[in-house]
Amino acid sequence: MSEHRAAGRASLVVRHIRAQNRIFWRVPIGAFFALFLPVMMLVLFVALFGSDAYTTEYGEVSRAQFYTPALAVFAVASATFTNLAINLSIRRDEGILRRVRGTPLPPWIYLAGVIGSAVYMALIGTVAVVTLGVVAYGVNIESAKLPAMAVALVLGATAFATWGVALTAFTRTAAAAPALANAVLLPLAFVSNVFVSFEGEAPAWLLLVGDAFPLRHFVISFGEAMSPFSEAPAFVPDRLGVLVAWTVVGALVAWRGFRWEPAVGASSPRSRRGNTR
Amino acid sequence: MNTAIRVRGLAKSYGGLRAVDGVSFDVAEGEVLAILGPNGAGKTTTVEILEGHRNRDSGEVSVLGTDPDSGGRRFRDRIGIVLQAAGVDRELSTREALELYGAAYSSPRSIDELIELVELQDSADDRIVSLSGGQQRRVDLALGLIGNPELIFLDEPTTGFDQRARRRSWDVISNLTSLGRTIVLTTHYLDEAEYLADRIAVMSKGRIVADGTLAELRESLQSDTKIAFELPRLEEPLMELLDPLVGQGRGRGRRVEVLTPAPTVDLAHITSWAVQRGIELDGLTVESADLEDVYLSLVGEDEDSEDSGRADE
Repeated sequence: MSEHRAAGRASLVVRHIRAQNRIFWRVPIGAFFALFLPVMMLVLFVALFGSDAYTTEYGEVSRAQFYTPALAVFAVASATFTNLAINLSIRRDEGILRRVRGTPLPPWIYLAGVIGSAVYMALIGTVAVVTLGVVAYGVNIESAKLPAMAVALVLGATAFATWGVALTAFTRTAAAAPALANAVLLPLAFVSNVFVSFEGEAPAWLLLVGDAFPLRHFVISFGEAMSPFSEAPAFVPDRLGVLVAWTVVGALVAWRGFRWEPAVGASSPRSRRGNTR
Repeated sequence: MNTAIRVRGLAKSYGGLRAVDGVSFDVAEGEVLAILGPNGAGKTTTVEILEGHRNRDSGEVSVLGTDPDSGGRRFRDRIGIVLQAAGVDRELSTREALELYGAAYSSPRSIDELIELVELQDSADDRIVSLSGGQQRRVDLALGLIGNPELIFLDEPTTGFDQRARRRSWDVISNLTSLGRTIVLTTHYLDEAEYLADRIAVMSKGRIVADGTLAELRESLQSDTKIAFELPRLEEPLMELLDPLVGQGRGRGRRVEVLTPAPTVDLAHITSWAVQRGIELDGLTVESADLEDVYLSLVGEDEDSEDSGRADE
């Protein structure tokens, strides 16, 4: 009996992930920011700075070698953190979360569908960026370091998905979600080795800010697993540990602050539908 | 007949406001109950408590033999809810949404049948976002019915509809009642309650002020007579005229209506008041009251709310 129910739940989760994936592809704007933009940025950055090499503490790497892992991580952060903060706020304001709570569907299964879909899109974004880097720009990946890439990816995606859910606690209405998510993620990207690398030359306080948040740890963990200078298996335990710690804090914030009901005065489907025909 | 819903002394406050103030009623299996009342009467709060969407402060509630507060998944498997403001993933088509939500129920209805029931055959594969407001409301209705519920809650199913869309929804809801389902609907339209319900509970300011079948409500008011007239000037002291009456009077601008079980006495008082002051009462009529008059007097429509009354009908 209990086994049967468990199977039912797993198939419901899969069903909801697939439904959310379908919705994702039908809203071009989300697909653009999460998938197309990081790929486009890789092409642009390499085209703009392509011939220069980066000097790191270990030796010289190509720009593509630097930007590929960084933008793969940025794709993950957009697909999870930004998209979840926006999508869950919208679904709350539209009363979709409210509807779910009046059905026998356990609400966590609906959430698992939305989150699972975001993580799936994050994987697609990562694969797209890394594949482009490897195929078009000769970026190095080694099979011995693939487990380290996978672990960094899973822990990073989990941390950013958790904080995407947690961020909805601070968006009273969905209108605030895109601005808030981007106001958090974009400045962080600049101090987290996503767009520029400034090891050694940046002011110490900027490095401190970068180290206080999870994005830089994610970029370095994933980048290390793709670096030509690292030794396999190339895990970076302390950075990964920071990602786990952020996940735990994010989960607590999400647990305490997540709301199923729209805020009073948030746009309801009725008011947005306007006059009925 | 078995009781589907039993409510005793239900109360719920928001801050200092007593939204639901000691409400008691029963709904029999297979019965269609309309909770009728103006905005802010406490209808939606009452229904949301029955659905398990909201906690109560006090009172006993039993819905299908379960306390909705602790009903859980098994309880929600047996009820269908059509909320006033509940969204749906609007990038899905009606058929996709019904498949998705139907999967969580133990015995969902046939999707094709349901689409036919709500008359969305021609647009079942279009994205919900592209449908008209009336069509989207019928998607809501279909989603409320997908689990083949024993008990259906409809919260203001036609608010904001034009007359044609309302008629269509009424037909759909009438179809449901013929299937023998228990239905609780809220509405602020008297004609809707009249058309759809077996029984009407009139709610005002958190209380049920009348509860009965349509025939019973009609009977209770057959004794009432409506006296109506217009004053020549707005500034006449209305209280002086209305307070001593047996019946209940209300003014809307210059128009005055009195609902009374004692028309002879009250008419005599009104005419002598007018004669004393040398006033001619324009358009003086005496007729038997209709359901609308009784409803308005029950929910306390008076001078304060004249702009929310008949002017917009």
